[in-house]
Order: sequence, then structure tokens, then C-alpha cells
Amino acid sequence: MKALLKRFSAGIVLLAAATTSFAADYAIDTKGAHAFVQFRVMHLGYSWLYGRFNEFGGEFSYDPENPDKAIISVEIDTTSIDSNHAERDKHLRGAKFLDVASFPTAKFVSKRVEIKGDQTATVFGDLTLKDVTKEVALDVERVGMGRDPWGGERVGFEGKTKFSMKDFNILRDLGPMSQDVEMILSIEGIKK
Amino acid sequence: MSVTAVERWSWPLVLLHWATALMVICLYFLGDYMVGLDYYDPLYQAAPFWHKSFGVLAGAFVVARLFLRAFSKRPIGDLQGRAEKVVASLVHGVLYLALVLLCVSGYMISSADGRAISFFGLVSVPGLGSLFDMQEDVAGQWHEWIANGLLILVGFHTLAALKHHFVTRNNVLWRMLGINHKGRGV
Repeated sequence: MKALLKRFSAGIVLLAAATTSFAADYAIDTKGAHAFVQFRVMHLGYSWLYGRFNEFGGEFSYDPENPDKAIISVEIDTTSIDSNHAERDKHLRGAKFLDVASFPTAKFVSKRVEIKGDQTATVFGDLTLKDVTKEVALDVERVGMGRDPWGGERVGFEGKTKFSMKDFNILRDLGPMSQDVEMILSIEGIKK
Repeated sequence: MSVTAVERWSWPLVLLHWATALMVICLYFLGDYMVGLDYYDPLYQAAPFWHKSFGVLAGAFVVARLFLRAFSKRPIGDLQGRAEKVVASLVHGVLYLALVLLCVSGYMISSADGRAISFFGLVSVPGLGSLFDMQEDVAGQWHEWIANGLLILVGFHTLAALKHHFVTRNNVLWRMLGINHKGRGV
């Protein structure tokens, strides 16, 4: 998994270097855990169930002058799913949900950015989950940007998207109010 | 304690044996049934509750039985030949081992996040949490494998007992029924 992430990261660095000459490259701060890949699904239609993926990695390239040129890639270790309940996590890793034995990774690779407001944009990209690749739109907000107290530079974003679980071959039926899952990607990047 | 040879297992051991046998069979099919339940099935919460409660009880029975067996007198047996004795001991050993591992692996699924396991809603068996990564998945796989293996072994054990009873006509089944009965050739 580590090797895969490294190889993946190296590819992104090359891609970023080739396509963006002025933008800065950022590594998602997973080391300091200032990044979260979360999801939520309705439980019976009565409440929200939140969970997250604990292992993921990724990079992005961002230039505040040309935010529409931003690119981002995130790779997620699906085995690291954590809904704060071991028995449920076992189900979520199982064949009827993520089938992590067969599909241990999921990824999002951005394709284009549509600027909406001063701090907001829609990032369109391909989400690959259970070997199904479909385009999803992330509503992204730039949360903040600047120097950190330890000599580095950081920028943080939060993006949200929603999709039908059936679209990604997750066939377990959780009820009429629980067909969709919302993904919340909350990341802080450290400038390289 | 009598110094003379006994011809049957003591009542506590006999009762524990048959109670365990009944629970193992019922728990196997309940377990197999409950993992296939739809999320909206009325038994989705109840079936695992009973499975876990009886599972804990079965575990307690196994521990009690191993303890009693270690301190009680073995009834005289009339197994024929060394090979039969070795196979019988081996099967019994593996049966006990499988029972223990089955209980431990089941416990390790439900307690992987440190949650306690309810015992019939009366008391909680504390959870010890995870000893290794993805414990609930690994323990779950072992639980299924051991349960399948145990069921096959139980089938063999049953056939062997019936063979002793109806073909060899010795006291092997009688002594586990708690009945003094001299088998043929004793």
C-alpha cells in the first residue's frame, strides 16, 4: 500500500510539473493528520451516520492567481474505513459494500475546475470506486491560506460531493432514504 | 472419590456435553442465517444478540467442562486397538480446541473496538479491543472457517459414536448418556 502510494505520488508530481509551470505543488498533510476523507449516509432517514477513511494520500497543485488550473489527486486505502464500530466496519469492508479484498483502493483525479465565487469552485473529476469510474462534482471551498508558525506555507480546502452507492456497485440496500452517500474531503496542503 | 473404575461420565460432564452439542448446532445455523439477513429484517438486531449471548454461554460451558474433565475420573473405555484410541483422542482434542478458538474468534469480532458483549442483557462481557489491524475481519474469517471445520468434525464424532453403539456395541455412547452399561466384551 505504501509503495503504491509512493508510486502514485511520484506520478502526480510529474504530472503537476508538466502541466503547471507557475502553480505551487502541495502535499496533503496526512502525516500531521490535517486532512480527512469523511462520508455520511442517512440511517433509516432519521439521522446521519459519519465515517472516514484513515489511510489516504494525495497531492495537489494550486495557484491563487489561476485557481481554475488547480489539479488534485487523492488515493484512498478502502481497508482503512472507520465508522467507529468494528462490526459495522466489517460489513462495510465486505462484498456487499466496498469489497476491499478485491478493491483495496479508491481514487479521485480531478479533470477541470469551474470557479464559482471568491473562495468557491466546483472541481469535476473521476472517482474510481470498486473499479467503477464515474465523474463526480466536488463543491469546494478554500478555507484558508498562509504561512504556518513553523516556516512552511499551507492552504486548506473542503470539498463535498454526493453520489448514489448503486452507481458504484455498492448493492446492499439500506433503505429508500439511504441510497446516496456524501463524501467530504477536508484537506490541508503543505507547500513543497 | 471412589477408587474403583467408573463406567460412565459424571452427570455434570454429561449435561455439559449435550448442552454444548445442542448449542453448537443451533449457533452454527443461527450464525449462518443471521449474516444473510436484510438490514430491515425484524431479527437483524435480535439474532446476533442471541448468537452472542449463547456463544458466551457455550464458551463458559467449554471452560467448565475442560476443568471438570481434568479433575474427574475417566470412565473405562473399550475402544479397540491403538489406532482407534489415537484417533479418538486426536478428534476429542481438536474438538475442544475448535470450541475454544470458535468462542475466542467470535469474541474478537464483536469486541474489536473495545465494545462489551451483552450476555442476555444481564451482564456485559468487557471488550479488550484490537490486538491487531482489521481484527474484526480476520477474526470473522477464522470464526467461519473454524465453525465449518467444527461441524464436519462433529459429523465424524457422531458417526464414530453411532459406530461404537450399533456396530461394535460397546459402552462409548452409554457412558456419555450417563448410563452404566457394560458393553459387549467388557
